[in-house]
Formats: sequence, structure tokens, C-alpha cells
Amino acid sequence: MRSYIVDDRERKTFLLDREVLVSEDILRQEMAQIFARCWIYVGHSSELKQAGDFRTRKVAGRPVIFCRDQAGKFHCLLNTCRHRGAIVCTQREGNARRFMCIYHGWTYGNDGSLVRVPGDDAYADGFDKSSHGLRRPARFEQYRGFWFMCLDADASPLEDYLADAKDYIDLVIDQSPSGQMEIIAGVQEYDVAANWKLMVENSVDDYHLPSTHSTWLNFMANSGVKIEPPPKSAGLVLPTKGLAVDLGNGHFTTDNVNFRGRPVAKWIPLYGEAAKAEIDAIRAELVQRLGEERARRVADTNRNLVIFPNLVINDGSSVTVRTFYPEGVGKMHVTAWALGPVEESESARARRLDAFLTFYGPGGFATPDDVEALELVQQGLANWRDDRWSEMSRGMGKEGEQLNSDEHHLRIFWRRWNQLMGTPA
Amino acid sequence: MTAPVAKVVTRAEVEDFLYHEAALLDEWKLDAWQELLAEDACYYVPSNDQPESDHRHALFLVADDRERIRQRVIRVLDPNCHAEFPKSRTRRMIGNVRILGVEDDLIRVAANFVCYRFRRYERIREYVGSYRYLLRRAGDSFRIKERRVLIDAHELGNLGSVSFIL
Repeated sequence: MRSYIVDDRERKTFLLDREVLVSEDILRQEMAQIFARCWIYVGHSSELKQAGDFRTRKVAGRPVIFCRDQAGKFHCLLNTCRHRGAIVCTQREGNARRFMCIYHGWTYGNDGSLVRVPGDDAYADGFDKSSHGLRRPARFEQYRGFWFMCLDADASPLEDYLADAKDYIDLVIDQSPSGQMEIIAGVQEYDVAANWKLMVENSVDDYHLPSTHSTWLNFMANSGVKIEPPPKSAGLVLPTKGLAVDLGNGHFTTDNVNFRGRPVAKWIPLYGEAAKAEIDAIRAELVQRLGEERARRVADTNRNLVIFPNLVINDGSSVTVRTFYPEGVGKMHVTAWALGPVEESESARARRLDAFLTFYGPGGFATPDDVEALELVQQGLANWRDDRWSEMSRGMGKEGEQLNSDEHHLRIFWRRWNQLMGTPA
Repeated sequence: MTAPVAKVVTRAEVEDFLYHEAALLDEWKLDAWQELLAEDACYYVPSNDQPESDHRHALFLVADDRERIRQRVIRVLDPNCHAEFPKSRTRRMIGNVRILGVEDDLIRVAANFVCYRFRRYERIREYVGSYRYLLRRAGDSFRIKERRVLIDAHELGNLGSVSFIL
């Protein structure tokens, strides 16, 4: 069985074969052995508030309808007519009892059942409408409002799959007094001319922050956020300490002491003096509800969480839920949303959205430079045959805890990826 | 167009102003560009799926107040702004300029635009959409109170980013 990594624990070396970032064959294999086998994020409960609400999107390259039926039950339906294969719902979002295919008029209920076939007397007696409902992925489950699908009927339940990542999802949700977070209107959808796996690495790689994001650090300093470089003796690349944590099943997170402010609930001068009182009140509510220790955990740490293979929840300057799919080996499509507590006041919501844009997104002060870095990697990879191995050994020589600026978490991803790719479906 | 509006401002004046602004942006003369801004200027690029929404309720791509614009200019002129180093070459075409109305001291203007963006080794990107301005009369010219950029594409998609002043 072929391995795409060199994982030499004796010589404390970890190398990645760059072919995995440029090969069409590997992409085809990934679609079967990763995307058709793992739990893949579909959407959030808050996107479908009422019975009949729907959203259409592509999940792992598959057009789906994420919707609620008349009884309010959530569904994930393949957006493909059973008759001849056309898309049956062409709107991005809305509310509908039925989805009618415009081609021949086959019509489906919002639970996926086939309810009308024009001229159905032309079919023989054996034709059974009830077996011609819209197809759906083998599995569709949720954890605390985050819905995932899985194309493998034999996969373990979502909650088992998520393993210790559940604790870090809980930490994000604990920002809300009622335990309910919502996806905020406005979605950022953009392409990056790079292999999708580079976004996994980039989402948690804190080693790159000082070099890639110096203009963001400069902006923070100009906004009164004092960021002292760490003393040499601290052995840190970043102003504060952060860890890389293995969460099982290929999931991992960073867990960093906050220095960049948090809408819930760490004031920085960037938010303005007027925001102080409200942030103090948000913090007091956290302490009262969760106790001092858990409140500190929620309010004073930033966490960039990766649910294998392609869901990222960054709880940093703001909360972003981000997913990305390959569209060819050298291109990915990114979808990013903002997430916030449902009961947030108008001023706190505005602050959250503003804080989001200080760092994240296609017009943010940092993300465009991440995109640039990933696109430069992909361009450089044209030399892969003559310069074959990417170096990913930071931290391997150390016992015990691994820092966010080490590459422990990147190795967790690649080991899991290598394992799944080495096991034919 | 109503008579009072025509008295306050002509389309030719507004066109001259917008063409001048476009030239400054295409030439990366951002300090000179900032002189066109009012002290309470805002610059917005809504998310593609929420063109008519409010930045306090919906996630935008850009929602800058005057201070944030100042910081954005510092950033994009810094050689460490990697997404814009080397700088994109941009070329804007502005047309269909319309004066929609005058409210107090503000002139409401709409225009169509196409902005081509070129970088070495990269795909050509064509940003197509409409500008919505609130202009304030300042002597024989204007100052920009609000600059809103609506992108027609349903998603940013292969446009990738808005790392320059669109």
C-alpha cells in the first residue's frame, strides 16, 4: 500500500509527498475515499427557521436541498429529479411546499416524496410512486444544530465520529445564554486557486501569522491593541501561548490565549470605549451561568477547529463557519458564514460583524493574504517532480504539549488522510 | 429630473468627479483619493447574496467607516500586503451615471461599472456591478459621504477577493 507521507518518529521528521496536491488521480480517489465516507457538513438548523424553509447548495460536489418539511423535520435531499435528472429546485433559498421539475412536471413534497407525475396512467401497473422520492444521502444527523451528511450507510454515528471535537463545538455554543447560535445573513463564497487541503493546513497554522499577517498586526497596533512580541526565552512565535490539540478521528484544534479581543467577551480598544459596558455585562452573564473557570475558557481563548475533512469553525476575532470543496486539483470553492448568539443585542451583533471583517473574508485585513499564500504554494508546486517533499516536522523533537505554531495538528490531518487514502472504499 | 436637482448639480459634474476618482484608484494614488472623502465617509461592499442589506445585520465583504478606510489604505500600500504586492493592475469603466435625487446636502448617485483586474500568472478578473454614492457638495466639487459597491455576480467565486479598493 502506498504512503504519501514520511512519518519518521525516530529521526523526528515528517514529510508530505507534494503529488497529493497536484494529482487528478488522487482527487478522484479523495472523492471516493474521503468525501463519500466521512461526515460532511451540510448546514445549520438556524438557516431553516420555519416548516417549508429550504436552502440549496453543493455539498461535496453534490447539489442538495437542505430543507424542513410541513411537520418541521429536517431533510437533506439530492436536488436531482428521479425522472431524467434535472435540478428540481433552482432557487438559492425560500419556503416551499413542493419542488416541481420544470422539464416534465414531476413534483416532490418538501419531505422528498414524489407527489405528482403528469400523465401517470401511461406507466405500467408496477410503477410505484412511493419508491421514486428524491434520493438522499445514506445518513443525515446533527450535533447541536450542525447538520452533516454521510454517503456511507455503515459509518459510525455522527456523535462518535466527532469524538472530542464535540467539546470544542460546545465551547463555541456556550457564548449563547440559551445555548443557541445562529448563522447570520450574508454568505461569503469565493474560489481559491489552490488545492483544498491547503486550506485545512492554513486554518490552524499559527506559524504563518507574523509573516503572512504583519499588516493585520500593524492595523491592530494602530487601533490601540498592544501586541508585544514574545521574549526569545518563551520559545513562542506569537504574542501569547497557544496549543495544538488532537481531538480524534482526524479532528484537531488550536487553543490559544486570546490577545486579539473577543465579542464574547474580551474588550479591546478597537471596539471603542462605548462598548466596554456591554462587553462587561456579557462577561458577567457568562460567569454567572458557567462559573468563573468555564467563562474564562469561553471568553479568553481563541480556537480554530477543524472537523475532518473540511469544516472549520474559527472562534477568534469573531466566529466563522467555513467549508470548502475541491473544484479540480488546483482550485477550491470556499463558503464562509458568521455565527452569533441568537439573543445578541443589535449593538453586540454589529460589533461581532465588524470584528469579523477586521480579519476574515475576501475583503478582510488578513484572509486575502492567506489566499495569496495558498495560491503561491499551488503555483510553486508546478515544480513538484523536482522538489517532491513538503517539510512538516516542527515540534516533533519535543515531548509533551505541542504549540499552535508547531505542526503537530497538520500531521494529525495528514496521517488521517493518508490512512483513509490507503484503505480502498 | 426635477428642476431643483438640476440647479444644484449636473450629471456632467458628477461624471467628471467619478472619472477622476476612478483614475486615482486605478493609479493607486490612494492618498489623493482619500482627499475626496468626507470626514464621515463609509465604504461598503455587501455580500453577494445580500446586496440590499445593512452591515449591522448582515455579513458584508467590506464595511468601513472613515478610520477603517484610513487603515485599509495603510494596509494595501504596505509591501507586506501580500494580496496586493505586486499591485494588481485595475481598469475601471464607468457608465450609466444617474442622479437619483438630492436629500438635504446629499446627492444620491448611481453608476454602472466594470473593473478588470490583472496580476501576473493569475486569471483575469472582471468585477461588474453598480456604484451607489452619497455625495456632498464641497465648493465646486464633491466629497464622498458613502460609497457602496454592489457586485452583480451571485457569488464572489473566481473573483476571489476584494483586496484593493473596488
